[in-house]
Amino acid sequence: MKQAIKIGLIGGVVEVLLSLIGMIEAFSQRDIISHIISMGHTLLLLVVLFIGYLAAKGTPGRKPSWVLINGLTSGLMVGGGLALLVTMGGMMNLRKVFINASPLLYKLLTFDQGRNEGILLLLGGGVLSGLLAGLLSLAPSILRRVLIVSLGSVVGAGVLQDLLRPTVALWGSLAVVNEWLFSSNGLTSHGAIGLFALVTASSAFWAKKGNVIRSGLKSLPPARQRALKITALLLLIALLLGLPQLLGLFLSEVLTIIGLYVLLGLGLNIVVGFAGLLDLGYVAFFAIGAYTTGVLTSPELGFFNLSFWGALPFAIFMGVLSGVLLGVPVLKMRGDYLAIATLGFGEIIRILVLSDFLRPWLGGAQGIGKIAKAHIGSMELATPQQIYYLILAGCLLVGFISWRLRDSRLGRAWMAVREDEDVAQAMGINLSSTKLLAFATGAAFSALSGAIFASKLGSVYPHSFNVMISINILCLIIVGGMGSIPGVLVGAFALVGLPELLREFADYRLLVYGAALVAMMLLRPEGLWPEALRRRELHEGESTKTESVSGSESKST
Amino acid sequence: MWKRLRERTTPTDVVMWLIGAAILVLVIWGSTATLSGGKYSSSHWFDFVVFGLAQGSIYALIAMGYTMVYGILRMINFAHSEVFMSGPYTAYYVAAAFYSSGFLDRQPILSLIIIFLVSMATSTVIALLLERIAYRPLRTAPRLVPLITAIGASFFLQYTFRGLYGSGFQAYPVVKILEGEWMFGEFRILKFQAVVIVAAALLMAGLYTFIQRTRIGKAIRSVSEDKEASSLMGIDVDRMIVTTFVIGGMAAGAAGVLYAVMFKQVHFFMGFVPGIKAFTAAVLGGIGNIPGAMLGGIFLGLIESVGPTLFLDGLGIVAPYQLKDAIAFILLVLVLIFRPTGILGERVAIKKA
Repeated sequence: MKQAIKIGLIGGVVEVLLSLIGMIEAFSQRDIISHIISMGHTLLLLVVLFIGYLAAKGTPGRKPSWVLINGLTSGLMVGGGLALLVTMGGMMNLRKVFINASPLLYKLLTFDQGRNEGILLLLGGGVLSGLLAGLLSLAPSILRRVLIVSLGSVVGAGVLQDLLRPTVALWGSLAVVNEWLFSSNGLTSHGAIGLFALVTASSAFWAKKGNVIRSGLKSLPPARQRALKITALLLLIALLLGLPQLLGLFLSEVLTIIGLYVLLGLGLNIVVGFAGLLDLGYVAFFAIGAYTTGVLTSPELGFFNLSFWGALPFAIFMGVLSGVLLGVPVLKMRGDYLAIATLGFGEIIRILVLSDFLRPWLGGAQGIGKIAKAHIGSMELATPQQIYYLILAGCLLVGFISWRLRDSRLGRAWMAVREDEDVAQAMGINLSSTKLLAFATGAAFSALSGAIFASKLGSVYPHSFNVMISINILCLIIVGGMGSIPGVLVGAFALVGLPELLREFADYRLLVYGAALVAMMLLRPEGLWPEALRRRELHEGESTKTESVSGSESKST
Repeated sequence: MWKRLRERTTPTDVVMWLIGAAILVLVIWGSTATLSGGKYSSSHWFDFVVFGLAQGSIYALIAMGYTMVYGILRMINFAHSEVFMSGPYTAYYVAAAFYSSGFLDRQPILSLIIIFLVSMATSTVIALLLERIAYRPLRTAPRLVPLITAIGASFFLQYTFRGLYGSGFQAYPVVKILEGEWMFGEFRILKFQAVVIVAAALLMAGLYTFIQRTRIGKAIRSVSEDKEASSLMGIDVDRMIVTTFVIGGMAAGAAGVLYAVMFKQVHFFMGFVPGIKAFTAAVLGGIGNIPGAMLGGIFLGLIESVGPTLFLDGLGIVAPYQLKDAIAFILLVLVLIFRPTGILGERVAIKKA
């Protein structure tokens, strides 16, 4: 019981924090189920359900009455926390300190009723949700999984409505589905119920018959299996090529941004994921690629007048050169120092391109404008749809190189260096050249991405090359899975795609990144789509780990 | 002997020595040019030096936190910059309340003390939360994992505070007794600079005595040296780690108020650059080494303040003060390359797994 109270209190603090930082308010703009529940309230509900579930699950002995009581108590604590906030808000003006403690927030928290009614609703709602969570934890696991998937799908459809609505609308024949499912802001109530039922039915079906289907597929003769795999691959390629036409202008733009980050992520994946060199100044190479393209193609500065394709090899070369230049000083540094030193380099580059000292050559705080777009034949690649193909080509090329490098001798040398430098050196690997090659390759990919970025925007400003981008890319590959190429894709879609789609997220993007990073490291350090090797490594000691307070290093990085 | 030397130096070493020599030449050339140019009088240089000392003392206080945590946990507490930020930002509201009620003018010393206490308390709470939630579960994880967690925690805290208090710059109220200056002939010291230097010096002296002379300080030093042996000696390692974070947090909170007094503004992002500079200072002095952190901080502050004008003005670089952060980072990189153990030498026992 004490545990449940503790968990509940933590939940209460979390919900109060979410309210005070303004997230609930911002999320309330969007309705999940039109006119019934907004995204803000959904977030509150999800948190209290999760807390209740945790409390219920942790009940020793799993006696049903105790499970329910624990769930109930924790829910009460959460509701109580919010109720406390509302009470205090009534007594004093919290807004002088916490700028988001606005009247709108109180209205949301009290569900548009008066203060006392709102407090009762909060407490009651907390208790009810806690009870529900308890029931959920008592339910048989199949039922629980199905329910969670269905709930998740409905919430997901509401959250991603800006993605789904225009996509479905592009196919005229499916417009009627659109009408039925979505209203102008959120799912329609019948749409939500229908979706819930549909997903429940299909998950139940899959739960019962999934294994049968899977083993059926496996038992097919190898030739058929291969044919199936090739068809799937071809479908995927067709989808990739056709995507911009399917998705329209805004979403193509989002895809190009995701693509740029995928390029960057693949590059950093080599440095951090394969070779284990934590590079926090990665944005420097991005900047160098972009600025080289700018200096070489822009008529504004007037030095050179190359085309995009002419400038591209120079940009990549400058990237490689700076990768080596960065790598040489840091060859002997260990993990933490390497991170800070590379961070320092990134900042030095940013300060230099921003300074007045280099303004005649690099444009200073105004940056460089009028950068050339890429031309294929007579066609200029200017719209997002067209640039998408350029980026897709880049991603495929870089992805292919990454994949082949990973399985090559150099790739294995990188992984050896990542595991233990001294042993690798003892095995005959030349540390200097291996590390420098890692830096150089990563930098080359980044410079490529920078060149495309410069051409896409048509201009470069020093403020776009700050340390946040390095951190963004790092988060991306860590959440996706360090060293794993599909992981980079997952990370990019999750961490770059979602915030673009959820504009309300914008202010809280880095907060969520930070929280995601901490959560991932605590719960699943190998990432969302990890390399199998990595997962084995990171969970190796777990079954045999004893409660030790000494914390000696069981393995080096 | 020459043969062995030739065998052991690699091409990369040669390149590094060349770069180091080039930088040295530039520095000397620039300094002589600036000094012989006579553009700056001695009172100008005195201003720079005092400013550097004040800023350096603040870095030194923050660096204490970095160096102590590194000594005891072998990890860089990236989020220490947010520990530093949270104190003065929260104390701002207390200060603003005092100002508007006139309490600040009536009882300036008492209000300053209260502001300090609030800031130190907030920073300590954040440091404790960090230790409990983000660092304790990961004590046995491979090196990269706690570092990434620290980075994530740093951004999480920054943006949480942004959400709570807003994204604007908040101006600290002016404390009248801290305004004004003292003149010595043609040299002047601004009052608040003197206060910052003295306060920081007192705090550092206090911390140093605590670490060197008390039993708890000895326990902390022992845990930094060898965790297992310490626990065998009956020291509660967890509690010592918590104490270290508390001390670091308090120092950072105090440094935060001093920073606010000096620069008169707080902002949710204010911890980032001082944090990196303070880490530079800790490395400069020798990470894990507390007097080293103090020395490193002051040294860095002086270089940052005097450096751009001294080195770069003579080379004809326009607006050298824009590059002062670059100088700090270049210094960091140079120290990490040529003397990674720092000025006073690294006091961390090297353990190879």
